[in-house]
Amino acid sequence: MSAAAPPPVVDLRHASFGHQGRPVVSDVDLTIAPGQVVAVLGPNGSGKTTLVTGLLGLSDHLGGTVEVLGTPLARLKDRTRIGYVPQRHTLSGGVRATVQEIVATGLLATRPWWRPTGPPDREAVRRALETVGLGDRARFDVDTLSGGQQRRVLIARALVAQPEVLVMDEPTAGVDEASQVVLAGVLRRLATSGTTMLVVTHELGALRGTVDRVVTVDAGHLGFDGTPQEYAAHQAERARAAGREGA
Amino acid sequence: MSDMLALDFMRNALLAALVVGLAAPMVGIFLVQRRLSLVGDGLGHVALAGVAIGVVTDSSPVWTALVAATLAGVVIELIRARGRTSGDVALALMFYGGLAAGVVIINKVQGAQTANLTGYLFGSITTTTRADVVVFAALSAVIVVVTVVLRQRLFAVAGDEEFARASGLPVLALNIVLAVLTAVTVVVAMRVIGLLLISALMIIPNAAAQQLSASFRSATWWAVGIGVVSSVGGVATSYYADTASGGTIVLLAIALFAVAVLGGVLRKAVATARHRRAERHPHEHGLECGHEAVEHGDHVDYLHDGHRHAAHEGHYDEHAPPEYDAAGTRPGRGRGDRAGRHTLEDREEVTR
Repeated sequence: MSAAAPPPVVDLRHASFGHQGRPVVSDVDLTIAPGQVVAVLGPNGSGKTTLVTGLLGLSDHLGGTVEVLGTPLARLKDRTRIGYVPQRHTLSGGVRATVQEIVATGLLATRPWWRPTGPPDREAVRRALETVGLGDRARFDVDTLSGGQQRRVLIARALVAQPEVLVMDEPTAGVDEASQVVLAGVLRRLATSGTTMLVVTHELGALRGTVDRVVTVDAGHLGFDGTPQEYAAHQAERARAAGREGA
Repeated sequence: MSDMLALDFMRNALLAALVVGLAAPMVGIFLVQRRLSLVGDGLGHVALAGVAIGVVTDSSPVWTALVAATLAGVVIELIRARGRTSGDVALALMFYGGLAAGVVIINKVQGAQTANLTGYLFGSITTTTRADVVVFAALSAVIVVVTVVLRQRLFAVAGDEEFARASGLPVLALNIVLAVLTAVTVVVAMRVIGLLLISALMIIPNAAAQQLSASFRSATWWAVGIGVVSSVGGVATSYYADTASGGTIVLLAIALFAVAVLGGVLRKAVATARHRRAERHPHEHGLECGHEAVEHGDHVDYLHDGHRHAAHEGHYDEHAPPEYDAAGTRPGRGRGDRAGRHTLEDREEVTR
């Protein structure tokens, strides 16, 4: 292979995203290198979800340039190169489904419509479930799993097609303590294995130690951008400033 | 039995019922999954307008109904894809407009006391001809092949549209395929159980199957089985009991649903009585919990303080070591034993 540095996983320049023609986040400059684990922090309604779903083609790209994995977004054919873990509190739909049936749907876009599931697909599902620590529950009805376990099923579904970057929307929100520990372990393992991750969250909490960059979104614009240590200092600084104002 | 099969029109009726009972639940499971159980009903309304056009133009009502229902199904998907809140009202306009137009046109052409209208609304399976049966069988074959080939994709889109779109699946196209399948099912079933009851055969067998299965795959098989039993059984019953076939099929399906609910409850009760919950602990067993994993039949047990924990629904079960299982007795030391099997030898229990 050439010695040239690999292209950034995500490269946004003056990008704006929104819905039905109306921008929600605008003028975003963001470059994410391979292997980085980036937390996107911000209050509810700040536009952080619109920003990351923009990378998935779920919200409209309204301006600026967006390159994902070295390709302009609109020309990125194989969408399974970006793994998506949506913000869902439950997996149960109107019908019964097992854990492996749900995870297997992550592979559908990787093969033509007429080709049925083959042994390599089943092996990929098994491996993805091992990665999130649910290998022993492949045949369970997803309805019987806890909230945190269902969240890990969603992660396995995103991982099964072996994406180059994982985009997660609030993976730890509303998850009980025991599951948070396991979930944090899963994310740490993925980070150690070099998976690039973009994690939307409203608090660092369980992700502390895994994340190596923090970006904040507020009122549709990018604010802070730095390491978790710098973010902590930034927060302390703001708290002090607020304290002085209050006095 | 043989007297029924000796009649030509009953043989046709039973064949038509068989293909409808097979195809309708296969499509219906995706409607249940999308929580659109009543869409089939709406398409049935619109199909009546198609029937009316067929009556007026003196062409085959099956094909005009098929065109009308298919168009309506595609329009519904396009309205849904635009995500407008007014979509709901648009559907109501379309559904009731179709039904009203159908009734008005058919009555105008054939007079108010037409048996033809009732036949389409509530089914008139005994007027099914051999040619009808051939058409229904061909259309059902198309439904079965398409749903089998695309079932995983339809499952993915119906389960999580957002993820399906992000992963690059053609969501709108798949939704339109499902709408067309629904329309074809409506038309195939309209002779057998009638346009006003067709949705029942798509939905009720699936509702029953949900009580009996834990996976999408097994739910599909159960639904098809229940669908065939209620449609063929309903036609046969209506022959002997001299009742309306469409209504009989639906009532039989509902009876099977009730049996399935009862069966589900009983099975759960038996399962609860036969297994023992382990004590609660804050961590989850897995690769990194530190407890030794032991193969136990088709699953993994974790050795937890000398006894075995196996994941079950939202908790852990106590699993006896295999030698105890073989002897048919349980070790008397399960702390989570709710059945009250603690004995005096169980010191821990005595001191408590």
